[in-house]
Amino acid sequence: MNTFLKSFLLFCFVSANAVASDLIMARSPLSFSEAMTNLQVSLREHGYTVARVQRIDVGLTGMGYKTDMYRVVFVGKTDEIKYLTNKYPEMIPYLPPKVSIFAEGGDTLLVTANPMAFAMMVDDEKDRIIFQRWESDVYSVFDDFRRAE
Amino acid sequence: MIKFTVLFFLLIVSGIANAAPDGKALFDKHCSACHGSEGKGGVGVPLSLPSFINSVSNEYLNRTIRVGRPGRIMPAFPQLSDAQVKAIVGHVRSWTDMPMVKFDSTPVTGDKKNGKELFLKRCAQCHGEDGKGGKGTGVTFSRKRDLPIIAPALNNSGFLASASDMMIKNTLIHGRDGTPMVSLLKAGLKEKDINDVVAYVRSFQKLETTSISDEKNGAAIIVESPYSLEETVENLKQAIENQNFKLIRTDYLEHGFVDEGKENKKQVVLHFCNFNFLFEALSIDPRVGMFLPCRVTVVEHEGKVQMMTINPMRLSKLFNNDGLNDACKAMTETYESILEDASL
Ligand code: HEC
Ligand code: HEC
Repeated sequence: MNTFLKSFLLFCFVSANAVASDLIMARSPLSFSEAMTNLQVSLREHGYTVARVQRIDVGLTGMGYKTDMYRVVFVGKTDEIKYLTNKYPEMIPYLPPKVSIFAEGGDTLLVTANPMAFAMMVDDEKDRIIFQRWESDVYSVFDDFRRAE
Repeated sequence: MIKFTVLFFLLIVSGIANAAPDGKALFDKHCSACHGSEGKGGVGVPLSLPSFINSVSNEYLNRTIRVGRPGRIMPAFPQLSDAQVKAIVGHVRSWTDMPMVKFDSTPVTGDKKNGKELFLKRCAQCHGEDGKGGKGTGVTFSRKRDLPIIAPALNNSGFLASASDMMIKNTLIHGRDGTPMVSLLKAGLKEKDINDVVAYVRSFQKLETTSISDEKNGAAIIVESPYSLEETVENLKQAIENQNFKLIRTDYLEHGFVDEGKENKKQVVLHFCNFNFLFEALSIDPRVGMFLPCRVTVVEHEGKVQMMTINPMRLSKLFNNDGLNDACKAMTETYESILEDASL
């Protein structure tokens, strides 16, 4: 294999014995479209830009899937994305951060990777604060989502 | 007056300190996403069925919460305090009026060889050979809700650490009404045979499933391109097509974050997809949509052009789902060949 293929040996991206959950999830009793609106409002209130809402369900129902309500929301703060992609290129494939939202029965589920999982990729202690703040924002947005009526 | 204020303050403070954690709120926060707000099941198995809740001890629930089910989606919750775990168990317990069952810790002894034969005949069709569990878990959203619950993994270190022999035996004797798990007694097995099966299930303890080791895998797959950024993007488009994937769109990483035209033109993302692959991945674990469709980012940084993707081998760990291992391996190979192809 004469390529420059190289896997970056970074710190543990997902440490096996992490104390915090690697994934953060929430269930809302709201219908998909109401829950989606709520999510976007809460994200903006927390100071985040919703850059794109990507459908990933096109063709799913045609294949017998039970729902066609599945979106991935690209979200972040512009200056932080610029800063991180510049300083930590190996983090680029994970940016911007994404939140999955999908219907399950009458409920709606939210899933995202815990930002602290990314913090393992940065070596500068002061940059970890970015991820700590992300994490606490995610918990807060997900709490809003869970409680919305 | 001051005295009153102090007293009042003390009352409030002691009130906060003594307040028992709210089991329902904790369940909503940590469990309902998978098990449903009323425990009716989802990605996780139902917890509110009388046949389940009336046949397990608090100790079993307690340990299950602490150790989770490694590789089978259910996370471990080491971060919760004892009082919080107790409150969650209390909430689950509130779904039944029946008194809690207690099992003594006497080990069940039996003939493992006969147990294995019976297991292969009577259990493997649902729980899998070696007890690795059914494909998928719970009653996931990709399936009809009235389809049967998927059989849990029995060779799972989390299950074996939580269940006592007597509990397993009791489950085999009574089955779980309302689930595909039938009573072996009713199916005509003798108690001796049941003991043999329990002994066999217990022997899984040493088998421990091996999951993909972590150390060799970085967080990203990165390949340098000898071409310019524009050429690399064109090469990738061709490589994606060669691998039978469909290009969905090409845009800048900063798309949507800054005004159109102001994006950093040195960070290009190609989004592509293959419906069979997407469908298969989502039916194994609906949560992986976050990393789909497939994406390659091309970056020009300090004069170097690089192509990068996430490393899918990390995902089964992130999602605590060994069922994703094969799909992740396939995805890794696809990414590697696309990047290699585009850099030739
Ligand atoms: C038709 C499918 C099916 C067959 C056959 C079957 N099971 Fe099950 N089993 C299940 C399902 C589904 C559950 C989960 C029930 C629930 O959600 O409470 C289960 C639960 C269990 C549990 C409890 C596991 C846990 O995590 O709580 C044990 C132990 C078990 N089965 C053992 C066996 C053994 C041993 C056999 C063979 C003698 C067997 N089962 C045969 C489907 C099956
Ligand atoms: C990310 C999804 C997820 C979360 C969050 C989760 N579980 Fe689970 N849980 C599962 C899955 C999946 C299984 C079944 C594993 C299998 O099929 O092998 C399970 C199994 C269980 C079992 C064993 C059931 C049986 O039949 O023996 C119990 C008890 C349980 N979970 C309780 C909880 C509690 C309490 C919480 C919250 C503190 C929780 N779970 C959080 C997914 C989850």
